[in-house]
Amino acid sequence: MGLQKSSNMKTSKFKEYWQNPRHKQAIIVATAFLTLPLIVYTVFVILPVFQAAYFSLYKWNGLGHLTNFKGVENFVKILTDPIFGMAIKNNFKIVVLSLLFQIPLSLIIALTIARRFKGAVFFRTIFFLPYILSEVIAGTIWSFIYNPQIGIQNTVLSDWIPWLANFQFLGSQDTVFASIFVVLIWKYFGLHMVILIAGLQGIPVELEEAAFIDGVNKWKLNWYIILPLLRPTIMLSLFFSMVGSFQTFDIVWAMGRGDPANGAETMVTYMYKFGFQRFQLGYGSAVAIIIFLITISVSVLYQKLTAEKEL
Amino acid sequence: MIVGTKKTHKAIQYTLLILLALLTLFPMVLTLMGGFKDLAQLRLDLFGWPDPFLGSNYLDVLHPKRSKFFLSLFNSMLIMSITVMFGIVLSSLAGFALSRMKFPGRDFIFNFFLVGLLFPPAVAILPLYIELKSLHLLDNYFGVIFPQVAFALPMQIMIVRSFFKQIPIELEESATIDGCSPIWFLIFVVVPLSKPVITTISILAMVGSWNSYFLPLLILNSEKLFTLPMGVMSFAGQYTYNWPLVLAYLTLAMVPAVIFYMMAQKHIIEGLTAGSVKG
Repeated sequence: MGLQKSSNMKTSKFKEYWQNPRHKQAIIVATAFLTLPLIVYTVFVILPVFQAAYFSLYKWNGLGHLTNFKGVENFVKILTDPIFGMAIKNNFKIVVLSLLFQIPLSLIIALTIARRFKGAVFFRTIFFLPYILSEVIAGTIWSFIYNPQIGIQNTVLSDWIPWLANFQFLGSQDTVFASIFVVLIWKYFGLHMVILIAGLQGIPVELEEAAFIDGVNKWKLNWYIILPLLRPTIMLSLFFSMVGSFQTFDIVWAMGRGDPANGAETMVTYMYKFGFQRFQLGYGSAVAIIIFLITISVSVLYQKLTAEKEL
Repeated sequence: MIVGTKKTHKAIQYTLLILLALLTLFPMVLTLMGGFKDLAQLRLDLFGWPDPFLGSNYLDVLHPKRSKFFLSLFNSMLIMSITVMFGIVLSSLAGFALSRMKFPGRDFIFNFFLVGLLFPPAVAILPLYIELKSLHLLDNYFGVIFPQVAFALPMQIMIVRSFFKQIPIELEESATIDGCSPIWFLIFVVVPLSKPVITTISILAMVGSWNSYFLPLLILNSEKLFTLPMGVMSFAGQYTYNWPLVLAYLTLAMVPAVIFYMMAQKHIIEGLTAGSVKG
């Protein structure tokens, strides 16, 4: 009895809702407008991500049905593979090095040109320029710069520093990663600079003026007042460089495909090599899931860190 | 004295900034000049002015019979344009429904889209490949376009929705009284009012599509469908020992992006950072 009553109430509530022409129109319009975006998004984003989780538990070459269930075996194999170890290390190296070199560089430039600086637009335009180039073009340009026969070391460096004459920036396992990292700084410091400038412009000018009147010098002002206020923007910049670093593929691929001897391997180049070139789709999907889990953890950590500060 | 130190301080600042600007530009300038040199000169004099000044490398790259530069340029432009158009249409539709309509489940659907911000394309790429294969979209422009549109959608919807929300409600009421249905209201009132935000999402989509390499690398196999970044890689692979020719190709491949950047520098910087700062 009671149950029937409540379900009756529900349907009548819905009827009531539906009979209001405004609500009716809202539902019809929402359905009409949202169907297409939802289909595209579900089919090409949501579905593949779930499929990756599913494939990762199998051994599969992409043909036929998934029958060879392996459980977590793929994950164990990946996490114990020394080459994957190098790849993941390189990804984290990008994060740490960018925190140590790239973001401070961008910050110093941003602090210099953000306010009342003649020529700020000119410098901003030039520093941002590498960011709009594709990573493939950037990487190929730098392969030329690093080329031992025609690049800078042939013409310039070997005259100044003789032992560099036969040096192979991209041709040795020890230096290939550092050489590529230089290109990453070159390509992305302008982006971080622009993000930080936007953050700086959100800090009221009066604050600086008041500090100057009180006799605070520029260093102290930047260190004790501006930097703490800029913390959320710096965190955002760091967050981008982290999430970006876990995706690194194009630039590494253009500069020698992660070789020699896997010296510049990243998680995504590793995934490409195993998933596509050897057609081990289950194994490759497991790599993808590991990348996903790392990215999610970083995002959650970022949310936590920034949320705490706001309280 | 104070004035004096301030002046030297400024002088140091400008010197360092100019040095850094030169460092930023020098790889591109060397590439441009290298395209006018021959290999012998490239080996002997990297920094020197091209002498003899050769136009032949550039002409070879531009020659339709000798390189597929124009074909790749066309493919990149086509894929980019369709990606941008689909992105505008889909995100406007969704952004409108999610900001101007009140219906049960609205917040759930919005959050469902937001989850996509956490999914890096690389994670989905292997199953995507299988899926596109079964949809017969491998080696097809749309095999690149659909995933690009889909992965850009969460950010675009977020940006568009927050802008649509700010459009005054009175506008809509007067439009409804005039008998304007929501789709016409969206097309003739909301979208024209939203030019800044449409510009932002277009720029994000344009740059993303223009520069993407990983996805087209997997999906497109025949050389006649190659995009510009793929063209760069295949050309550089083909002429490993003819660097001047490769440098000419690289320079020409940079030209469209650089021109676009010079023309719309302000919009581009704002657009590309808007996505980040608003997020």
